[in-house]
Amino acid sequence: MSNQAPFIAFRNVYKSFRDAREGRLVHALDNISLEIERGAFVTVIGPSGCGKTTLLNLLAGFERPSSGEVLLEGEAIERPGADRGVVFQEYALFPWLTLRQNVEYGPRERGIPASLVREITDRTLAMVKLAGAENRYPHELSGGMRQRAAIARVLVNDPKILLMDEPFAALDAQTRARLQQEVARVWMETRKTVFFVTHSVEEAVLLADRVIAMTALPGRLKADVEIKLPRPRDPTSPSFNDHRRELENLLRDEIIIGAATGNA
Amino acid sequence: MHPASLSQPAGLVRAGPKAPQFDATADAARRKIWRLARRIALPAAILIAWQAVTAAQWVSSASLPSPLAVAAAWWEWIFGPRQALAWYSGTWGLYLLMSLERVAAGFAIAAAAGVSLGVLIGWYAVVEDLFDGTINFLRAVPMTAWVPFAVFLFGIHESAAIFLIAFGSFFPIVVNVAAGARQTPRILIRAARMLGTPPRRLLLRVVLPAALPSIFTGLRVGLGLAWVLVIVAEMLAVQGGLGYALWSAYQFSRLDLILAAIVSVGGLGLASDRLISLLARRILRWQTGSMGQ
Repeated sequence: MSNQAPFIAFRNVYKSFRDAREGRLVHALDNISLEIERGAFVTVIGPSGCGKTTLLNLLAGFERPSSGEVLLEGEAIERPGADRGVVFQEYALFPWLTLRQNVEYGPRERGIPASLVREITDRTLAMVKLAGAENRYPHELSGGMRQRAAIARVLVNDPKILLMDEPFAALDAQTRARLQQEVARVWMETRKTVFFVTHSVEEAVLLADRVIAMTALPGRLKADVEIKLPRPRDPTSPSFNDHRRELENLLRDEIIIGAATGNA
Repeated sequence: MHPASLSQPAGLVRAGPKAPQFDATADAARRKIWRLARRIALPAAILIAWQAVTAAQWVSSASLPSPLAVAAAWWEWIFGPRQALAWYSGTWGLYLLMSLERVAAGFAIAAAAGVSLGVLIGWYAVVEDLFDGTINFLRAVPMTAWVPFAVFLFGIHESAAIFLIAFGSFFPIVVNVAAGARQTPRILIRAARMLGTPPRRLLLRVVLPAALPSIFTGLRVGLGLAWVLVIVAEMLAVQGGLGYALWSAYQFSRLDLILAAIVSVGGLGLASDRLISLLARRILRWQTGSMGQ
């Protein structure tokens, strides 16, 4: 049964919640149905506040759908778990733990023996190129290093899927470009499914097999585009720009609609 | 950090490569000495003025003893022979120890109870609802108002003093810890959950460490209050201790001993505050701006 089930499925998902400040009801997701196959690199783009992070929070198990279901290998996602690693824009490292302790946190919580924890931590730190900075605290690391650490601490759990919520939005352009390359490389090496939320069309096209574009609120699926460009990708090539133009035109409409309804 | 390297291009520095470094360390040493001088200037000025005023007889030595007279009385209080009739001679060490023990016992109880209850109040809405109102009411009662109650309940006994200290310093601790625990960033809770921490372990893994800065703030305020309360308790409720000495000195009209006791209590309070902020700085090394000072 679960062999037949798609890896991830959203089935008629609605999500609404009350806005904390204004108290009005926000319809974040409106009848989303979507399937994602194992090993895919999916990016989600859309105007700001369009519900793309809500989509990610449902997968993470941080939130539950108002109706409909979100399934992982045929089973409803009910709570957060180490099989779904989340990388936040704000890093969310534990400030009281050193880099190494942050990475070791997950395996230790799951009761993995200490010697093995050491080994997989070393391997993961090397993979994200952080070996040598293990004993520093997060506030002593640069933004790029913090985000590498945040990626390492979920990779070390060997999750089924990586959920990345605008992970590079707070970084400077150079660091962002380097980390984009690294994520692409890690994905090629591990072939983990990646669900990557971004507001940058270029980032979406650079990384993804498949770009999902969302509408302004209430969030619906606007387009689902396959990107078949060879890797590593060249953002200056004509074919890259074709994809980019297509997606930007789609989004421009949504931003205008969003502005008109006050949701941009 | 290196003034020479910052203010001018390296090529313009004529002196050898070691010269600017030597200047920098000498400069730092000089700045350190000046800083120390500035820090002791006020206490030194007060002592000198006090000595001058009393030496010039602007006030009678009965109404204000000179610093030297205070020092002499203090000396006798510390090192004088123990006598059956003189309550103070040679009792300083003993009284100091008594006060210290009371503060330690009362503060330990307050810290243990305040930190554990505070974290629970900050994290569980049920616990907050159960305790918040009562704590806020009791907190509004000045602690000295509890003295008659404590003496009535415990008698003139150690436990009255320890009750007062524990009860009084409990409130700033519990309130600060609860506020800290309440402010645990939601994103860190989410991070712990997605890394495999079950809900029941979040308190220990995330809420408690996230509240550590507030815990130390509470402990510091609580310890300060513990010193206030030990003096109050010793003046009114128990025998022995620096507060008892203070009150006895008043009854015997010994202003020199009153002043010696005040300086003793101040020194102890300062030392214990330094100790706790040193501890905080070690434990909170991970913080961007370290607390303490």
